[in-house]
Amino acid sequence: MLNLSPQILYQGAITILLIGAILPLTIELTHRHSTSLANGLGAGAALLGSGLGLAGALLLLFGQSSVAWQMSWASAGVNLCLRFDPLAAFFLAPVFLLTGSGALFATGILASSKQPGKSGRHWLYYNLLAVSMALVVVAADSLLFLFAWEGMSLFSFFMVIYDQDEESTRRVGWIYLVATHLSAAFLFLLFFLIYRQTGSTEFSSFATLKALPTSTAVLFFCLALIGFGSKAGLFPMHSWLPEAHAAAPSHVLALMGGVMLKLPVYAFLRFLICLPVLPAWCGLLVTGLGLAGALICIALAALQGDLKRSLAYSSGENVGLIFFGLGLWLYCREGRFDVPATLFLVGALLHVWNHAFFKSLLFFGAGAIIHATGARELSRMGGLLRRMPRTGLLLIIGGGAIAALPPLNGLISEWLLYLGLFQAGQTSIGGQAFIFMLLLVLLVIVGTLVLLAMSRILGIALSGEPRSFEAREAHEVGPAMFIAMAVSAGLCLTVGIAPGLVFPLILGPLALLSPELATGAPEILATLPFGAGWSWTCLLVLLFLAVYVWFYYRLPPGDSRRRNTWIGGLLPSPRMSYTAGGYGQLAQENLLCSCLRPPIISVRTPVFFPGHWQWRCRNIDPIMALILMPLFSQFSSMAGSWRRLQGGQMNIYLAYFFLTTILLLGWAFSS
Amino acid sequence: MIFSIFFHLLILFGLAPLLAGIIARVKAKIGGRQGQPLLQLYWDLGKLFRKRMVISTTTTWVFRAGPLVGFVVPVMISLLVPFGPVAAPISFSGDLVLFAYLLALARFFTVLAALDTGSSFEGMGAAREATFAILIEPTIFVVFIVLARLAGDFSLNGMFVPVKAGFNTPAGIATTLAIICLFIVMLAENCRIPFDDPNTHLELTMIHEVMVLDHSGPDLALILYGAAMKLMISAILIADLLRPVTADPLLGSLSFLVVLIILAIMVGLVESAMARLRLIRIPQLLVGTTLLSFFALIMLLR
Repeated sequence: MLNLSPQILYQGAITILLIGAILPLTIELTHRHSTSLANGLGAGAALLGSGLGLAGALLLLFGQSSVAWQMSWASAGVNLCLRFDPLAAFFLAPVFLLTGSGALFATGILASSKQPGKSGRHWLYYNLLAVSMALVVVAADSLLFLFAWEGMSLFSFFMVIYDQDEESTRRVGWIYLVATHLSAAFLFLLFFLIYRQTGSTEFSSFATLKALPTSTAVLFFCLALIGFGSKAGLFPMHSWLPEAHAAAPSHVLALMGGVMLKLPVYAFLRFLICLPVLPAWCGLLVTGLGLAGALICIALAALQGDLKRSLAYSSGENVGLIFFGLGLWLYCREGRFDVPATLFLVGALLHVWNHAFFKSLLFFGAGAIIHATGARELSRMGGLLRRMPRTGLLLIIGGGAIAALPPLNGLISEWLLYLGLFQAGQTSIGGQAFIFMLLLVLLVIVGTLVLLAMSRILGIALSGEPRSFEAREAHEVGPAMFIAMAVSAGLCLTVGIAPGLVFPLILGPLALLSPELATGAPEILATLPFGAGWSWTCLLVLLFLAVYVWFYYRLPPGDSRRRNTWIGGLLPSPRMSYTAGGYGQLAQENLLCSCLRPPIISVRTPVFFPGHWQWRCRNIDPIMALILMPLFSQFSSMAGSWRRLQGGQMNIYLAYFFLTTILLLGWAFSS
Repeated sequence: MIFSIFFHLLILFGLAPLLAGIIARVKAKIGGRQGQPLLQLYWDLGKLFRKRMVISTTTTWVFRAGPLVGFVVPVMISLLVPFGPVAAPISFSGDLVLFAYLLALARFFTVLAALDTGSSFEGMGAAREATFAILIEPTIFVVFIVLARLAGDFSLNGMFVPVKAGFNTPAGIATTLAIICLFIVMLAENCRIPFDDPNTHLELTMIHEVMVLDHSGPDLALILYGAAMKLMISAILIADLLRPVTADPLLGSLSFLVVLIILAIMVGLVESAMARLRLIRIPQLLVGTTLLSFFALIMLLR
């Protein structure tokens, strides 16, 4: 009998994905007209590989064991350590899941692509991105980790500039490349310092870091927070996120937004395990940054005219919420609030999965809409629910899930965060209690802003009359794209209706992250109302609604008539309907502080009768506009004065050589 | 449990339109009019349920799901709320989160249904509904925190119990402030004056009424019934805190009903005495309410 251990499944998955990366490109380069074959091979390999990997991750997650193995590569002088434990499996599962469904979705997009000859490249980058993400998670060695991390950054960069013919995409590519390498610089520094401290690159020997003095530990912690946080899109290092996540193809965005943003979170957690007890303010710092990011990103998401940009900002918000939960867990862990700490950690970890499910669904849905209409701006959509009923329904499920509406999955993780805050506030007094309460209220505001942002996206894109010719001619997507969306939507519903199924899977990672909470955690989770009663109630209500809809909505009483929407006796036209800009305007003008408002350029010709009126809203992230751009331009003007050193004349360079040699000689003789 | 659910729903379905009738009657009396019969809403609902519908050609199933969800959600949240001496049939630790998010579910579908008509009126109402919710919800949660801290319980059943603290103690002051906040939230959530006027249509300063302009027949009946139930549940939450403490169930029920009716009369009085606020004043009032609820919280933090 073949013994299918998680390790073998994982290795099989990596091998198949590697084959799926190379083969399509080779075929496409050798046979010019074999695009569909290349597509089939690439997608097939991605599906098969991710299926194997997912099976391995789930096997390990249910079995709660851990596997470590080494690959010695003597000729290169390295000894690669890999480790596959419940925490890794918890993050690997969404990686493989979304790789598979993204590949399925991509077949639909690529089949009707107007640019032949790009499929091979697509599958090369796509499958290699999947491989490097899978490697980041199981790497148990600094070198391998950084290697896989670079791979992840590079292949995602290639996917961001996939539509490289457009000028804006190339500009975005630069921003992404710079951002991701700035974060990598901090990580290189961090791992170098750790190497100096421990004398080893293996993660298993990092346990000696537990003996570090607090000041060094805090330094490491801050480096990790900046390095991993900026890759995750944590405030205030999130500015690259809306740019990069608006440019790449939608199915890649599902992968990037759904899981790639979580891998820094994973690495951060992996690193935190090794550190000694940190001062309480470290936890509060993470909480504060997470919450500030969540608030600012979701407020900006409610203003974006571009569908993908809006969703990208919403990713920033969700990453903020994950860090919010983790920071509170850190804070409460030190303060010995066991019950809230457990709730925060479980909530944050569950949100990692939840966000992978609903954000992939929303990005797939956005991809389907963009595929159908060719437009990315909300102001060119509208009326799509009539034209794409299945996609529209799934998008509404996704929007509801991200807005934490019952009975969908977003509610469960946010519930845990709320309950943790309530509990922590209840058991503390004075200023500490006030902090928890303030955080709770701000979390409520985030929740209501999500509702505003999502009802705006869905309401403007799906409802009403089509606002453009393309939207009028939109068509429903094919089965492959639909299945990819339906998988995510099904998971959103499953986790929402039966959260009890997922909780046992979180206990493994929880025991690794916080061994002191592990014994109490099952008991705490059992007190939550998410048992069989919850599932049956949800199912009953859904069944009731389904039956009601079936009997009543199929057969409206009397003869209901269909007429135009009543607009004061006029004939309705799409130009009369509310716009995306109008929908967010009230919140923008009344609730947002002025520095966050996008710059608006309004030109009006002063004549008696209404004349030409121009109104334009610039799409730029406020942090980018206010802080980063001035900083970088200052930096570049400072660097400009050094540029004279590189004169480009041969004799100057020869003089440099000469001077350096003299200096080196002098140094050699003097020492 | 099945019995208590039915009993709860019976009270809700039976009394909700009456409460709306009392408010209308009070307003009419103060305005010097005779006013509509107390049971007018029952007749209206009966008539609307038998009418046929006119549905916009622009709309989809979302347009019809709005009223349905707007009706089902108040029914569901009523099961989490104690009706005076009658305890809530479904109660668990943390059900206040479900309470808030079920309301959000109703808001989500009402807003989508409004946008589904493609009309600028409804879009405007939808934008306002979603925006003002950002200002209302924090107050609700702070009030919940205050009450949870006083009661030491995270279920609505345990939190919404008669006030026992004297009015000169910090707990009493905090509860009083919480009740005032709840009253303002009730007016805002149910779109009463001074936030919104349930009697006028097609005004550009409208929020809720303008969102349901295109609904007719049974769908409109669902909306009206849902709104009446939501109003009643908000009033019940306040009445739960204000009702006198008695061990006698009959006396307790009667006194609870009296408090409920007094609250309805008070809403009528407020609506008669005040004009609708200008739209830009509404956020200021709501933020003020949130601050007030924070004061209540600070009273309890020592």
